[in-house]
Amino acid sequence: MNAVLPSPTTIAALVKIGLLVGGLMTAAAYLVLLERWIAAWVQDRKGPNRVGIPLTKIKLFGLGQPLADGLKIILKEDFTPSHVDRVLYNAAPLLILAASLAIFAAIPFGSVLPPLGIPGLPDPVPFLVAPGLDVGVLWVFALSSIAVYGVLLGGWASNNKYGFLGGVRSSAQLVAYEIPLGLGLLGVVLAAGSLKLDRIMEAQAESGVWYAFAQPLGFIVFLVASFAEAARLPFDLPEAEQELVGGYHTEYSGIRLLLFLVAEFLHMITAAFLIVIMFLGGWHLWGITGSGQEVTWIGALLRFGVLSAKILGVIVFFMLVRWSWPRFRFDQLMNLAWKVMLPLGLANLVTVAVVEEYRPWLAERLGPAGAGWVALGLPWGMFFIGWLMAGLLTPSGTDNRPIRTHGPLDAEHALDTDLVEA
Amino acid sequence: MKPTDPAIVWLEEKPLGLAERLYLPLFVQGLTTTARHLVSPKVTVSFPEERPRVGNPLIYRGVHRLNKDAQGRVQCVACFLCATACPAHCIDIVAAESPWPDREKYPESFQIDELRCIFCGMCEEACPVDAIELTSLLDLTGRSREEMIFDKEKLLSVYDMTKDAEPMSSAGLSGGSAHAHAGPQVSGSQGGAP
Repeated sequence: MNAVLPSPTTIAALVKIGLLVGGLMTAAAYLVLLERWIAAWVQDRKGPNRVGIPLTKIKLFGLGQPLADGLKIILKEDFTPSHVDRVLYNAAPLLILAASLAIFAAIPFGSVLPPLGIPGLPDPVPFLVAPGLDVGVLWVFALSSIAVYGVLLGGWASNNKYGFLGGVRSSAQLVAYEIPLGLGLLGVVLAAGSLKLDRIMEAQAESGVWYAFAQPLGFIVFLVASFAEAARLPFDLPEAEQELVGGYHTEYSGIRLLLFLVAEFLHMITAAFLIVIMFLGGWHLWGITGSGQEVTWIGALLRFGVLSAKILGVIVFFMLVRWSWPRFRFDQLMNLAWKVMLPLGLANLVTVAVVEEYRPWLAERLGPAGAGWVALGLPWGMFFIGWLMAGLLTPSGTDNRPIRTHGPLDAEHALDTDLVEA
Repeated sequence: MKPTDPAIVWLEEKPLGLAERLYLPLFVQGLTTTARHLVSPKVTVSFPEERPRVGNPLIYRGVHRLNKDAQGRVQCVACFLCATACPAHCIDIVAAESPWPDREKYPESFQIDELRCIFCGMCEEACPVDAIELTSLLDLTGRSREEMIFDKEKLLSVYDMTKDAEPMSSAGLSGGSAHAHAGPQVSGSQGGAP
C-alpha cells in the first residue's frame, strides 16, 4: 500500500503546484484588470467598473471583468491561417506558457511554514515548489531564455512579416539584455554566496541591508534589464502596436492568443518576483517579520503578505512606467544595453567582488560597523560615478534632429537641384 | 511647401543639459506627472446613471422642438425656410390656410426625420419667427425608424418638456401683434439650466 501512495513530499509539492498555478493564473487575470484600471486612471478615466456578479446588478467595482474577458477570448474563433507552419504555430503558445509557469518551481513565494508535524515531511515547510534546488537562479534564467523560443517560434511560424519582425526584435533584445540581467544578478549571488533564491532572501533578512541599498548600481541595471526581459514599455519593441500590429502574436486569435498574453503577464510577475527577492529583501521588513527560520503561523502569513505587497508595488511601478516613458527606438535600445548597462553591470560586479573580498580584512581593522559602512559607501560611490559617466558621455544618446539637407541660405540652389532630380 | 521654402523657420532643438543627460531627474518628473493623474479627478461621465453636463443648453444642438406662442398655438407660419435650409432634407411641412387672423399659413403637418437630421442647427438659424429650436436633449432613442420621425404633436410636446429649463431664445417675436411680448413664464426663467 505504501508503495502505491505518493510520499508526503510529493503530495506537498503537488499542493504547492496547485496553489501556485491557480494563484498565478488568477493573478494574471486580475493584473490585466489592474493594468486597465491604471491605464484609465492615468488618463483621467474611470476604467472598467461595470462587470460584477453575473446575472445580478451587483457591480463590485468591475471585479468580474477578468471572467468576462476570459470567457470572451476563449469563446472566440481560434483561427489558423492557411499560410502558417502548423506544428510550430501550435507549439509556440504552449511552449511559452509552459516555460513561464515552470520558472516558478524555483521561485519562493514566502518564507517557511511553522512545523506541521506530518511524518515524512521535512520541517519547516518552505514556500517553494522545489525547495532543495541548488541552482534556483540558473533554473529561472534558463527557463526565461526558453520562453524566448516561444516568441521566436510564434513569429516565425506565423509566416507574417509583422510576426517575424516581432520575433526577430524579441530575440535580439532578449539576448542583449540577458547580459546586464546576469551581471546584476551575479553581484547578488556573490554577496549572498548562494544560487538559491530563498537563501538570497535570508541573507538580506539576516543582515537587514537589502541588496538594493548595498548594490544600487546592480539594482538599476537589473531593474532596467528586467523591464526589457519582460518586454514592457519602454522596451516593448517585440510587440510595438504602432509599428508591428501585434508583433509576434499578430496571427494568433482565441485561446492561443490568450496563452501568449498570460505568458506575458507571467513574465512581468516573474520579473517582479526576482526584483523583490534579490534586491528588495523578499519577505523581510525591518521590525515586522523577524529574520530567523523559526516562525509562528502569524509570522509566516506576515512574511507572505510582505512579499506579496512588495511584488504588487513593483508591478504597479511597472504599470506606471508604461504611461510615463515613450518607447525606445531599436538603436537606442541596443546602445543602452551594450554601451550603458553592460559597463555599469561590470562595474557593479567588480565593486561587489572587492567589497566581499576585503570585508573580513576591513572588519579586522575597523570593526564590523565600520566595515559595514565602507561596504555600503564603496558601491554608492561607484553608483554616482557610473551614473555621472553615463550621463556625461551619453553613449546611448543619438541625435534625434531631422537631417536637413537644404539650409535656408542655399534655398535657390537646392530648389534647382530638386527640380533637376525630379 | 518645399523644405527649401524661405518662409520655413527652422527651429533647432536645444542641446541636453546635465540634468537631462543624467536621465533620472526627467524620469522622476515624468513619473510624478503620471502619479498626479493617477489620483486626479476623473472626467468620465457614467452616462445612464449620470447626466452629462451641457455647457450652455441654449446653444446646444439636440432634439428639435416647435415653439408655442402665448396662446398655446404653434408658432410656425409654414414659410418653408427651415426645410429649404436643411442640408439633410429631413423636414417635411404641409402648409394650410391659417384659421387665425394674424398669419396667412400654418403647418397642417410638420415632420422631422430625426434619423436623417445631422443636428447642424440651420433650421433654427433660418426660422424668421423662432418657431423651431434645438434643445439640449441629447439621448434620442427609438425602437423603430417610424418612431424616429417626429410629427407636429411630438415636437410641440418637446417644447412643453423643455420650456422651463430652456426658454425661447428671442421671446420678443412670439405671437402676433396682440401678443408681442412674451409671457412671464418665459422671461422669468432666463438662464435656468438643468
